[in-house]
Amino acid sequence: MPEWHAISNDFSSALLDPARPVPVGLKGPSPFKVDKRFSVYRNNITLSLIGALEANFPAVRRLVGEEFFSAMAKVFVRAHPPGSRLLCEYSSDFPAFLAGFEPLARYPYMADVARIERLWLDAYHEADAEPLNGAVLGALDPETLFAARFIPHPATRLFRSPFAAVSIMSANRTGADTSVIDPSMPEFAMLTRPRLAVDIRHISSSTFDFLDALIGASPLGEAVERALAGDPDFDVSTNLRGVLAAGAFTAIK
Amino acid sequence: MTHPRSLQNDTPHGPAFPAIPLLPRAGAGLKPEHIDAILCGTDPVGFFEIHAENYMGKGGSPHAALAAVRARFPLSVHGVGLSIGSASPLDAAHLSRLKAVVDRYEPVLVSEHLAWSTHDDTYYNDLLPVPYTREVLDCVVEHIDTVQMTLGRQMLLENPSTYVAFEQSTMSELEFITEVAKRTGCGLLLDINNVFVSSANHNFSPETYLDRFPLALVREIHLAGHAEETDDEGARLLIDAHDRPVAGAVWALFERVIEATGPLPTLIEWDNDVPGWDVLKSEAMAADRILAHHIASTLLGRRHA
Repeated sequence: MPEWHAISNDFSSALLDPARPVPVGLKGPSPFKVDKRFSVYRNNITLSLIGALEANFPAVRRLVGEEFFSAMAKVFVRAHPPGSRLLCEYSSDFPAFLAGFEPLARYPYMADVARIERLWLDAYHEADAEPLNGAVLGALDPETLFAARFIPHPATRLFRSPFAAVSIMSANRTGADTSVIDPSMPEFAMLTRPRLAVDIRHISSSTFDFLDALIGASPLGEAVERALAGDPDFDVSTNLRGVLAAGAFTAIK
Repeated sequence: MTHPRSLQNDTPHGPAFPAIPLLPRAGAGLKPEHIDAILCGTDPVGFFEIHAENYMGKGGSPHAALAAVRARFPLSVHGVGLSIGSASPLDAAHLSRLKAVVDRYEPVLVSEHLAWSTHDDTYYNDLLPVPYTREVLDCVVEHIDTVQMTLGRQMLLENPSTYVAFEQSTMSELEFITEVAKRTGCGLLLDINNVFVSSANHNFSPETYLDRFPLALVREIHLAGHAEETDDEGARLLIDAHDRPVAGAVWALFERVIEATGPLPTLIEWDNDVPGWDVLKSEAMAADRILAHHIASTLLGRRHA
């Protein structure tokens, strides 16, 4: 193995594992202990990655408190260092980590709060696209309309949770009162970003099914059938108008 | 009457932004929290610099804000994630993301670090030091050749701030950087705070280092604040923290360099505990006054010549 590759192997494996000794061959101005010097790199990495998690999961941080979050993030960072050089992509496995993090066992909604915060970030950075103007649908005869497939906006995301994760996330991001939220209420949401601001709205389970079918490239007619199967009173035109106004789609084909 | 400029803008692949010349003035690192103040004001900032990786998302607010800034100011693209010092080949996907940012925003300068940050698919999000050996030199030269070939332009290489040195090194940092520049034709980004931090950490004279630095190749200067701690031996240990104003000693070294080089585009970096725009701007204006003084004396010198 070339010497530099071997040296950087040693160096990098000690970076995230404080139990490992400082690599040999490093020196300061005097050839004595370099532990504190090497720990500057260890600290830079750990603190900057914790900072990235703090920025990506503000609601989780508010829920668990700054100190708890920072200690928990340190555990995560050491076990799951980033594979991507883009920090906005870092932490896709943070929700799963929270789900298995024993000290949070009494807060089963926490992983889902993290999951919707992660979706928010994905939507925030997604590609720009002009939302579909609902007026074009008015010109179509019903048969053509029901056969149409809808192209989702790149930022559109669907979310569902057996907990009130959407309300908990929103309240903790805005600093609103959380005492009125019943955490055990299942919730469904749609995330869109018609221009620059991410929009999260609560939707019903039948609207979720309807959108899930449309995003999965089912024709409108099939999507309506799926929604009606869950809710015989599903109102097609109100739902379609609502999701188009939110910017969930860019075109039909 | 023909209007070549507007014709050019009408072509599908014509420039999206005006070509604003880079003057030897002071600039500032672009922070999202300052964008509104920058766009509302008429501050005479010479240029803005971005970390390329912050604009590698597909769209949304970051790109909208950057496009608005780029329409009015020259831009410098500063990469922090290419890992030019790595033993492994450059990451082709990351390099093409960098090329996309450069193609999209048409910056006046593109720079990266003499450092590594990725090893075996783990990204360490820090600028890690390299040993100064022939083997690493060959790696770095090959990587810079690849970057310059891919981007189709010259890149600037920044001198590092380091906390440890390698016993394996067989040459000095200055010899290493000079040789890299000679073999690749890259320009240099001289970070004077890095020189000061490293000089304290490795006990050398920053003045001597700067006097021997290949100043003719410097196209940009970086200034930033640093923190002070002590190491295991009780010796002074400076940290390149970018979280406070530029230190007096670093301003003095800056004047010394500008005296030798004449005015150069100079960036104030402030990445942690970011203050309000007024504070960062006043740091940039302090650098600008030093540059302006030397522009004046250079002009005066010419008149007398």
